[in-house]
Amino acid sequence: MTRLANILFAAIIAVVVSVTVVSLAKIRQPERLQSKRAESPPLREPLQSVSTQAATTEQATSKQTTSNPTTFPIIVRQPLETPTINLAGVDPQGRSGQVACSTCHSVRPANMATKTTRELNEFHQGLQFNHGQLSCYACHQPNGSDSLRLADGSAVGYQDVMRLCSQCHSPQATSFAHGAHGGMNGFWDRTRGPQTKNNCVDCHDPHVPAYPKMVVGFKPRDRFLDVKEESHDQ
Amino acid sequence: MTSKHDSTALPVINNFSRRAAVKGGFATLGAAAFVASISPLRQAAKQTTAAEFMQSHYTELSAEDKQAVIARLEADAKENYGADVTIADDRPIPGTKFVYAINLSVCNGNGKCVEACHKENNHDRSTNQSYIRVIEMPKGTMDLEQGSTTYTGTVPQPDKFYLPVQCQQCDEPPCVDVCPVQATWKEEDGIVVVDYNWCIGCRYCEAACPYHARRFNWKKPDVPADEVNPDQSYLSNRIRPVGVIEKCTYCLHRTRRGKLPACLEACPTGARVFGNILDPDSNIRWILENKRVYILKEELGTKPAFFYFFD
Repeated sequence: MTRLANILFAAIIAVVVSVTVVSLAKIRQPERLQSKRAESPPLREPLQSVSTQAATTEQATSKQTTSNPTTFPIIVRQPLETPTINLAGVDPQGRSGQVACSTCHSVRPANMATKTTRELNEFHQGLQFNHGQLSCYACHQPNGSDSLRLADGSAVGYQDVMRLCSQCHSPQATSFAHGAHGGMNGFWDRTRGPQTKNNCVDCHDPHVPAYPKMVVGFKPRDRFLDVKEESHDQ
Repeated sequence: MTSKHDSTALPVINNFSRRAAVKGGFATLGAAAFVASISPLRQAAKQTTAAEFMQSHYTELSAEDKQAVIARLEADAKENYGADVTIADDRPIPGTKFVYAINLSVCNGNGKCVEACHKENNHDRSTNQSYIRVIEMPKGTMDLEQGSTTYTGTVPQPDKFYLPVQCQQCDEPPCVDVCPVQATWKEEDGIVVVDYNWCIGCRYCEAACPYHARRFNWKKPDVPADEVNPDQSYLSNRIRPVGVIEKCTYCLHRTRRGKLPACLEACPTGARVFGNILDPDSNIRWILENKRVYILKEELGTKPAFFYFFD
């Protein structure tokens, strides 16, 4: 009799507790799934999102290379066609601003021998230059100064500066053509979207072409980084 | 003992012997112990829904199952992180095998890729977690023991070179071999993935990986709602639960939609190259055919889909 009562008591406790646990686990689930199912769209088709992204991808000025009509282009970013420089100080009328190269250079004779700005006694004073033994007019056009000068003396526009660079830096140009030099954005698969590539002068200052030093900004905090500098003996 | 005695006394009180009292005491103790022992289940019930507990392995889910699972995960993200996310189920593109290459002549160790990975993949903010570690190495050696991942300040140092390491998506992945529950596997496009809902967190794979490419979620990832990347995929950058392993997926939520990985787009030096090795005209094929290429720990026979090259 007593034994039965005890077993019954234990059994009731066990049943009550397990029912509580199971109901707690189940209560949350059905309501959440049902409400979510009602409003959630069907699984997204990856291609749809891709086509909308392709439409809004950066356009910029462009030289486009299309190898076949079904692929999207490789867009190489390009600099401004006619660069301007900031005037240092103000003119006798008190004006400051930006002028094109030809504003001054069309009325001043070109000194083909000039190699650094230190040789100049006016204008371009702050310009840093560290690009081999080149003279200014190796790359700048002495007559018609709103364009650049190829090695054979012919003019090339500022927006096509990569033709100029590639004359000497052909290994980089070859690598660039095969996507192995220079940063890019967009799509690896050009059947789905275009690719945007950097121009030489996006990363290299033509006057000081060495890639600048940088400062490390972001570091993962691994466990050993948080260890106090005290030794274990102390 | 007599019948008269039995009929007049209350049966329980009459038989309330010392033995019965001990039995009753132990029964109560037993019941209390039982309640105490299953009480963690009540906590588990609050953290893990029954549906999540009963969820099948990713490869065994039907299309409807996946839809329900994804709906649940999206609701979880809303509830736990306050973010409206969309979780896709990106599958491999037929005829694709993804390969990565890094130009060690160009990489300057600035760590923008590490940061981009951190943001793209919804990593824990408090630990600055990322799938990429950049190792600062003395010039003239490939001995990783001499490298440091904790360098700071100005880069590049003149006597150093920089070696970014992340998952190499090996063709012979030791991490997959050691998983006791097959929660990680290699897909057709070469990416080694993890079903975060199937992983039991034993960390065997973390120990097996010779590139230290796997990370363990020691705590629930802390990501502010406005910093959550809402563009997610089930096998990729959805916010992982606590206690599971995670790893680089070559940003499959981007690359399986044709886009470049986040670390590549973030690289200011253009050291990173990504592509489909099965396409003979791809960038990656040109590099393998024309550059000096190095494979990290080639002697281990892991056959990485990740190459380092030099100009």
